[in-house]
Amino acid sequence: MNVSEEAEEILEILWIAYEETNSAHLRLSQLRTMPELPVLRELIDAGVLTHAHGDDFVTLTEHGMHEARDAIRRHRLSERLLTDILSVKKDLIHETACQFEHHLHRGVDTNICTLLGHPQVCPHGKPIPPGRCCEEGREMVARAIAPLASLKPGEHGEVVYLHTTDPRRAQMLVTMGVAPGTEITLLSGYPSYLFQIGEGQFAVDRQVAMEIHVRLER
Amino acid sequence: MANVALFGNPNVGKSVLFGCLTGSYVTVSNYPGTTVEVSRGSLRAGGNLYEVIDTPGLYSIYPITEEERVALRILTEGRPDVIVQVMDAKNIERMLPLTFQLMESGVPLVLVLNMIDEADQNGISIDVERLTELLGVRVATTVAINGQGIDRLIGLIRSAMHESASRGKKPMELPPYSDSRMHVWHERARVIARQVCRKSGARHGMSRLDRVLMSPLTGMPILAAVVYFGLYLFVGVLGAGVVVDLLEGAYTDYLNPFIENVVSATVPWPALRGLFAGEYGIFTLGVRYAVAIIMPIVAFYFFVFALLEDSGYLPRLGFLLDRAFKRIGLSGRAIIPMVLGLGCVSMATMVTRTLPTRRERIIATFLLALCIPCAAQTGVIMGLLAVRPHVLAAWAFIIISIFMAVGMLGAKIIPGARPTFLLEVPPMRMPQMRNVFVKTGARVAWYFKEVVPLFALASALIWLGQVTGAFDLLVRAMSAPLSLMGLPDSAATAFIFGFFRRDYGAAGLYDLNRQGVFDANQLLVAAVVLTLFLPCITQFIITLKERGWKIGVALSLFILMFSFVTGVALNGLLVIAHIKL
Repeated sequence: MNVSEEAEEILEILWIAYEETNSAHLRLSQLRTMPELPVLRELIDAGVLTHAHGDDFVTLTEHGMHEARDAIRRHRLSERLLTDILSVKKDLIHETACQFEHHLHRGVDTNICTLLGHPQVCPHGKPIPPGRCCEEGREMVARAIAPLASLKPGEHGEVVYLHTTDPRRAQMLVTMGVAPGTEITLLSGYPSYLFQIGEGQFAVDRQVAMEIHVRLER
Repeated sequence: MANVALFGNPNVGKSVLFGCLTGSYVTVSNYPGTTVEVSRGSLRAGGNLYEVIDTPGLYSIYPITEEERVALRILTEGRPDVIVQVMDAKNIERMLPLTFQLMESGVPLVLVLNMIDEADQNGISIDVERLTELLGVRVATTVAINGQGIDRLIGLIRSAMHESASRGKKPMELPPYSDSRMHVWHERARVIARQVCRKSGARHGMSRLDRVLMSPLTGMPILAAVVYFGLYLFVGVLGAGVVVDLLEGAYTDYLNPFIENVVSATVPWPALRGLFAGEYGIFTLGVRYAVAIIMPIVAFYFFVFALLEDSGYLPRLGFLLDRAFKRIGLSGRAIIPMVLGLGCVSMATMVTRTLPTRRERIIATFLLALCIPCAAQTGVIMGLLAVRPHVLAAWAFIIISIFMAVGMLGAKIIPGARPTFLLEVPPMRMPQMRNVFVKTGARVAWYFKEVVPLFALASALIWLGQVTGAFDLLVRAMSAPLSLMGLPDSAATAFIFGFFRRDYGAAGLYDLNRQGVFDANQLLVAAVVLTLFLPCITQFIITLKERGWKIGVALSLFILMFSFVTGVALNGLLVIAHIKL
């Protein structure tokens, strides 16, 4: 589907509203940005929305849901790319991502996703909806960032970010020295994971090893 | 008295340094989390007397585990006059963030780069002057295990004391946890480490020894060999067999008649004689059990355990067994309290503090109390069953099955998240024999202090019971539950001992078996029930203290019921299936 950049922004906003309310039935006046009339028309014509004239509610169609999900996926992947690989400053991330994301059509998003090691959250901690490539764990392009668990023994790199389901665990890792920016080497991957930081060695389970994301050095 | 507190990451040598400064011994080993309690000692320097406080290791001022909380309390509530931060000289970059955090307290700080010899060997050189300059704190380098650099450190502590006295105590406010603050500290650590550390030579990943120990293909056979040689042959056959036979024989043949004579010569009333000598006398039974049966076994076990501890083998075992432990709701970290529990369940219950979640601590406490026999008990049971290897195998099989089944059930029932496995693995080190002996001695002494008064008390109570007739009543009351388990009435005494300590009960079993009252089936049932039985009063008190009285009482009631029901079921099974072992 090809829609204008403005329409794509609205799609993202609709998705965020859907995430918050968990309903496809959305109140226009409560969206972060009210869509302008031509944009609304464009979305309705594209079969994304249904809207009764004069009503405050719009409803995302099944097709629309799909499109909105993809739009947010592109946006959050862009943020990840800009933070982890291109080291764009934090306060510029969102703005740059908004421009960047429109170039991620036709499989480019898949490649970026693979390059980043199929990340699950954006730098702000919001979930990135998984694409087909994530489920298949595809590795067609060389990975640049990967969870520690997918490294081969002997591979090393720099910790880029921790993505833990439990904030306490992130704190535990950081205080032990597994902080972003630290050099890390995987020593063994079976039966548990053993890695080295400086002269110190640590044993962790698979869950923790999946949560430490590493920028590979070759 | 002015005091100085030792802080630092786990396994950097705080306790060894504490020993150097105060001359008093606290247990030291080669794994993170050896120290779980605070120790205090005194240091005399230049005519002044200072109190020195040893604390459990902590990774940051934001504690995760119980023992980290214990350490932090010394800082926030104890308000030391001087902080000594002990650091592994090889890992400055990783440990500097803690320095910045401790500096936030405003207390004068002395930084100790310990194990400077190991840094040397690894080709790391450190510019101490530059580090002093950059941090603005006093820095000492030491090799604590041989006392190198201690004199200079004491000098620095004294000068920090002067600074502290002139500064006075200010209110202490530690900043709350935030990712960005942590990030700044890590950045600063990186910058400083880059300026003061010179590395020559390549990093070495896994040593050849680690490759062998930590790969399941070779690691599991090695574990089996450790259990067979260390536990079965050394503790079981040599300690519980040969040495106990020798001591027991000597005690009954030579010492007991002598005690009988002395008592009958000095104590005029026959009734009172029974308190000191005779069937249940304090000296003829209580002390005999302690000295001739329990002591050799415990000493042999703690010796093997000290070797394992000091080599650094235990964290590697955690790496190997984490997956298996996940099934019972624990992580590889729990290997340390579990193996320690095979020595003394009470000590191990205290060490469950090192487990990060309440759920893990409850499961570990429970399994320790129910299924992990302490060294004395294992030793006695091995000695008892060694002549019938198939009964010994059946006993081991039953106990291990119950351990796994109860663990898996506990993991299902007790709410909470899956445990996380995260454990620092120190390098393998050659155990220092001096430390191994000192540590074994200290532990045996501790054990003895716990055991002897209880043994004496048990003997005294039983004597009192005999005099008043209450003992016979109790024995008769127990005959019904005992017969349900297929055991003879005479086994009652062993179980009454068991209420005091389950190793005492096992010793009673050993005694009864020598009189030939059991057949093989009864021996198996009795051994299984006594293994599952309530551990001892000390363990009960520690459980109350660590887990609270609700969990303590509930655990005890459950264990009592469970051990009895298991005994009845096992006997029933043997009878119904017509099994004659």
